[in-house]
Amino acid sequence: MIKFRDEFTKSIGARLIVHRNEDAIAAGAHPLKLGIARCCGQLKTAALLHALDKYQFDAAIGGARREEERSRAKERVFSLRDAFGQWDPRRQRPELWSLYSGAITEGETMRVFPLSNWTERDIWQYILQEQIPVVPLYFAKERLVVRRNGALIPAGEAMHLKQGEQPELLSVRFRTLGCVPCTGAVGSCATTLEDIVAEAGAAKISERSTRIIDHGANTMEDKKREGYF
Amino acid sequence: MSIHVLRFTTAGNVDDGKSTLIGRLLVETQGAFEDQIEGARRDNERRGGHGIDFALLTDGLKAEREQGITIDVAYRYFATPKRKFIIADAPGHEQYTRNLVTSASTSDLAVILVDARNGMMTQSRRHAFIAHLLGIRHFVVAINKMDLVDFSKDAYEKIRKDFSDFMNRLGGAETYCVPISALEGDLVTESSPRMPWYNGPKLLELLESIQIDELANKQAFRFSVQLVSRPPASPEFPDFRGYMGRVASGSIRVGDRVVVLPSGARTAVTGIVTRDGRLEEAFARQSVTLTLADDLDISRGDLIASETQPPQPHTEFRATLCWMNERRLHLNHRYVLRHTTRSVRAIVNEIDYRLNVNTLERESPVSELQTNDIGQVRIKTLQPIVCDPYNVNRQTGGFIILDETNDTVAAGMIQA
Repeated sequence: MIKFRDEFTKSIGARLIVHRNEDAIAAGAHPLKLGIARCCGQLKTAALLHALDKYQFDAAIGGARREEERSRAKERVFSLRDAFGQWDPRRQRPELWSLYSGAITEGETMRVFPLSNWTERDIWQYILQEQIPVVPLYFAKERLVVRRNGALIPAGEAMHLKQGEQPELLSVRFRTLGCVPCTGAVGSCATTLEDIVAEAGAAKISERSTRIIDHGANTMEDKKREGYF
Repeated sequence: MSIHVLRFTTAGNVDDGKSTLIGRLLVETQGAFEDQIEGARRDNERRGGHGIDFALLTDGLKAEREQGITIDVAYRYFATPKRKFIIADAPGHEQYTRNLVTSASTSDLAVILVDARNGMMTQSRRHAFIAHLLGIRHFVVAINKMDLVDFSKDAYEKIRKDFSDFMNRLGGAETYCVPISALEGDLVTESSPRMPWYNGPKLLELLESIQIDELANKQAFRFSVQLVSRPPASPEFPDFRGYMGRVASGSIRVGDRVVVLPSGARTAVTGIVTRDGRLEEAFARQSVTLTLADDLDISRGDLIASETQPPQPHTEFRATLCWMNERRLHLNHRYVLRHTTRSVRAIVNEIDYRLNVNTLERESPVSELQTNDIGQVRIKTLQPIVCDPYNVNRQTGGFIILDETNDTVAAGMIQA
């Protein structure tokens, strides 16, 4: 994923800024140690908020879609965040026709979601139509995974196997990309874009069901309120 | 997005079964996923309920689930082999009229839920009126809870007639009625042996088959400039100047004469440029860059329009205003009016009347508009806006008003 990111941004001549929460990484942040909510809060939310502040960005454009999750179903295309990057669903501006208000005052920032109304299937149809390069993890391949709480978690280096867990070689792909070990794969034989379009059209389980961070007590709404996308 | 997408809004009162209907549509068209349905079941059981409460599928915010009410518009997606659908689900509470205005502004069709036991109530009229005001001309009246009136044809016919009369008064709309039981599934996606007297299409069939006129392409050409493109000189483009934007309505061909407004300068289109190459013709909703025969002073917010059917620049006009914010409308206060890609300073200097959305009576004199109020007002702008009446063109006839906090405090529709 990171290799793809670096190569792609280079190929289009874009300036890539990478910002990580180095303090948290140096302290060994890991969901097994901190719990999923705190780990996410440090490595994703805090890093994002630091970066927005450090570079004084007015807006951050994200790929989140309303279809993905029920609190995101209430999200605006132009989502206002306060000085702490926090989302307040009651303070969002009405969006009518194709008129949006991106205006902000000191300290506020915008998160902008131009793909709000797209579905997973729309995305893959468009990628197919326009032949957009994507991260190879989206395609099915035999990968070493372990079964954990009904999810297929990749058995890579960052993975700490629990007692009794046995890695298996299965044909899997990722519908959504996130951190190891909090993102699961799905069993799949989809090796082409056409296969993925067909799979997205017939899916019975939601796209983000493999994102362990969406489940549990710290919901997506909570994370959004804290400053996550 | 393609024209195979139908965007519709749903309106109904708190207990008309709107969430149940949407839940059923989603579940039966596989627009809701098994894990989400399972989640809704768990949430319901945690609250001491049994089975699935479909509202828990659509109420995305904690506050909504706790209070059992829908606070904000939710967008939902499903598809059948015939069409893709986007539902903008508007909450039914009285204080949330603004949500219906918002969801109707981007919809082509409205599904109005009516409880068969209560018949057409004040709120049903209000929902239909607001949707119609926002320009919706296709209505499906879903007469729900037929199971609670013994699937009575008479009950259905009475409501159907009341609604038809009311819609005729509003005028210009196409209205279909269908008797359903959202809870038990009759005539939603499945047929109903319990209503053999009904020979019409099921609700989903209606949604799949109602033709939405592609008005946008037949209307006069309108193009609001988003950005002026002046790339650094290259061998291919030694001196390129183009105007980027989205065709709001109509179509444009290379060679067509156009007028640039508000300046009024006339010129011709010499090229239509896209990332994928040059086009001979561009249609409504396409994002393109136009090049023109003459070097004119054109910037963001200017409108390029058909020379033969130009819109008019105005600094004073009447509009229907829907007030959306807790901070009420102040007459003669300086607001920002945002219309197409243009923002201008504006004041509201007079309120002609306020519409009582329950009785549809015009109340005057009134000195203020509050949240959820709808009224006809007179507006003055510091710089001209180039507009069409809203009932002619939704894209160039609608505007929003921002106050000094940058909040969108009102939505407006320009009158003829």
